[in-house]
Amino acid sequence: MATTAYEPYEGTKLERLERDAAQAMARYPDTRSALLPLLHLVQSEDGYVSPDGIAFCARQLGLTTAEVSAVATFYTQYKRHPNGEYTVGVCTNTLCAIMGGDAIFDELSEHLGVGHDETTEDGKITLERVECNAACDYAPVMMVNWEFFDNQTPDSATQVVDRLRSGEPVAPTRGASSVCSFKAMSRVLAGFPDGRADEGVGAGEATVVGRRLAREKGWTAPAGPASAESTDTEASSAGQAAGMTRGRDSSVDQPAAPPQGGTQGGDTGRGTDASKES
Amino acid sequence: MSTTLSPVLSDQWDAERSWTLATYEQGRGYRALRTALGMAPADVVTAVKDSGLRGRGGAGFPTGLKWSFLPQPDGGPRYLVVNADESEPGTCKDIPLMMATPHLLVEGVAITSFAIGCTHAFIYVRGEVLHVYRRLLRAVEEAYAAGHLGKNIHGSGFDLDVTVHAGAGAYICGEETALLDSLEGRRGQPRLKPPFPAVAGLYARPTVVNNVESIASVPSIIDRGVDWFRSMGTEKSAGFGIFSLSGHVERPGQYEAPLGITLRELLDMAGGVRGGHELKFWTPGGSSTPLFTAEHLDVPLDYESVGAAGSMLGTRALQIFDDSTCVVRAITRWAEFYAHESCGKCTPCREGTYWLKQILARIEHGRGTMEDLDTLLDVCDNILGRAFCALGDGATSTITSGIALFREEFEAHITGGACPFDPVASAKFDYTPRNRRADVHALSGVAAGTVGA
Ligand SMILES: Cc1cc2nc3c(=O)[nH]c(=O)nc-3n(C[C@H](O)[C@H](O)[C@H](O)COP(=O)(O)O)c2cc1C
Ligand code: SF4
Ligand code: FES
Repeated sequence: MATTAYEPYEGTKLERLERDAAQAMARYPDTRSALLPLLHLVQSEDGYVSPDGIAFCARQLGLTTAEVSAVATFYTQYKRHPNGEYTVGVCTNTLCAIMGGDAIFDELSEHLGVGHDETTEDGKITLERVECNAACDYAPVMMVNWEFFDNQTPDSATQVVDRLRSGEPVAPTRGASSVCSFKAMSRVLAGFPDGRADEGVGAGEATVVGRRLAREKGWTAPAGPASAESTDTEASSAGQAAGMTRGRDSSVDQPAAPPQGGTQGGDTGRGTDASKES
Repeated sequence: MSTTLSPVLSDQWDAERSWTLATYEQGRGYRALRTALGMAPADVVTAVKDSGLRGRGGAGFPTGLKWSFLPQPDGGPRYLVVNADESEPGTCKDIPLMMATPHLLVEGVAITSFAIGCTHAFIYVRGEVLHVYRRLLRAVEEAYAAGHLGKNIHGSGFDLDVTVHAGAGAYICGEETALLDSLEGRRGQPRLKPPFPAVAGLYARPTVVNNVESIASVPSIIDRGVDWFRSMGTEKSAGFGIFSLSGHVERPGQYEAPLGITLRELLDMAGGVRGGHELKFWTPGGSSTPLFTAEHLDVPLDYESVGAAGSMLGTRALQIFDDSTCVVRAITRWAEFYAHESCGKCTPCREGTYWLKQILARIEHGRGTMEDLDTLLDVCDNILGRAFCALGDGATSTITSGIALFREEFEAHITGGACPFDPVASAKFDYTPRNRRADVHALSGVAAGTVGA
């Protein structure tokens, strides 16, 4: 089953894309800056950087196709061949690898019957080894269409790909309430919001572990100068506002007043119903 | 008297719907922007200079000083570009900050732009964090609607547009001049310096490039003052920073503390090294910084002390590895990363990282020779100081320090003809490695052809 029914760049598709391209170009003082967004946009239509897509970008920006290709080939997120509906990336940079990322990659590779940068025959999943994705405190980490799946095991990762292949909705640990398709993701990366920013949690456990410990222990940053507690901007003149004329404040190890919100455990927003409105 | 945590940036991370403008404004949200708009722009620059804030993106360059390097206004545009590319292995602070409290960054962007006379700012976020990009787009949208961005902000006459730009996967785009080329729609390759971005940056115009955490720290300095900021940290490394603990610790995560805290203190807070194990080695500032061991538990984590002890504070990315970990495996994997991410512009790095990767892989798998160790050091020596940008230098850090600290472990791989460690022992879960299974199948995938891979 092919997931990419390829349509030529003409008619309504072309009109729609030209409108989108104009919007993307308007975000920058120099339209060439829109090339990365436009390549994401091409992937949102074709599921990869197609030859027609390259020609489209070149025409919009007044570049040659060789110039566009030179850029497209530099970045790992741009695909030369039709991508699966889901890019499943297992972090195998050192920290995740050692914490179990290598084992997860091997398990998925075996289970799916594909290696790095290969797509399953049903067109559902492209498996990748990915580099550090800035979530090392949740190692081992897996990314599905660049949403976070934290603290994975070979079993949890296998379940995720099985559910993706059977078409069930799958929720990342930190992200929207369900993973979207590669094409839908590419459209967001092109700078066109999908209204899902309010879904999901604000932070996972590891993100707030220090914050919560500080609450438990009553640790805070030193209190600011009393006058800074005023929200009345008129009250502070230019020099004072920068705190340059103020005296010294309490030292680091001297506990100050309890933080706003007191000692409440602090919910990260987990469990709140993910709202679909933007 | 031990150091305690000092949540400032992380203060609201555990709040209900922390990412929304409503939550942000229940705290101190956008108060500092109003204060700044009532000041002379030059006074905002002076305040940040006097605070002693140093860049949180790795190099530690004084932030206010960088801003003051911009030439006198000539009527043309000047730009602020926020480096939100966070990709240095081990570094995981900017991404959760933007996921939890994107407005902290947006407010910092508004204040900084006002200070340096910028009317169009950019946030360049790596493309591999979809939900963070959504949150940033939404935060900017909310800030426009509330009048914190756009035309005549809060009646001050100051206009500012903010564009959030998604990258497309390339570590080198975190290097500030490569980032600018990428933002201009080109291959992300570093530029020759000088000219520095302050003089000729984005579109060859005066540009400030700062890290997310640097910019997010600005509102607190304006709101609570220079003395308040300087009351934390040390004389030369003022203020607080986010310390990211990962790996073999009981409670990995983000710990915001005054600079100068030690790993011993942080480990205490994080429940210590994984039960039943000892600390073996760690990175103080990501994979581009020389390795430390248990000897360095009491080194104050500020720029000067870490430097004096032979490494770099970098991004405070504390990756902790216990005694179950093979240091050769760890270093080899990092070397593979640098070889993969080398942009190819200069020969010492392009060729050097390739050979480092090959030789290390050979040693890791028990096929190396004693001469290989000298070759490794020789190649490192030929990269260090000769590469066009800091990626090349960074590639050598863990190799030279690793051989200095653990030479006998490298030798054991060579003399024993195999890796003496069991990878299962260092993983978080139990499993049977693929090469120990009977039923290994052939793979049947279709090449996806990731272009830059
Ligand atoms: C290979 C390489 C990757 C880098 N990656 C990042 C990054 O992801 N984020 C960042 O802020 N700085 C990164 N830097 C540092 C930037 O070049 C620059 O120093 C920094 O963004 C300046 O901001 P600061 O002064 O606020 O720290 C990188 C540098 C190099 C050489
Ligand atoms: S040091 Fe490496 S990454 Fe930097 S310019 Fe040279 S080849 Fe490119
Ligand atoms: S090493 Fe895997 S997320 Fe950082």
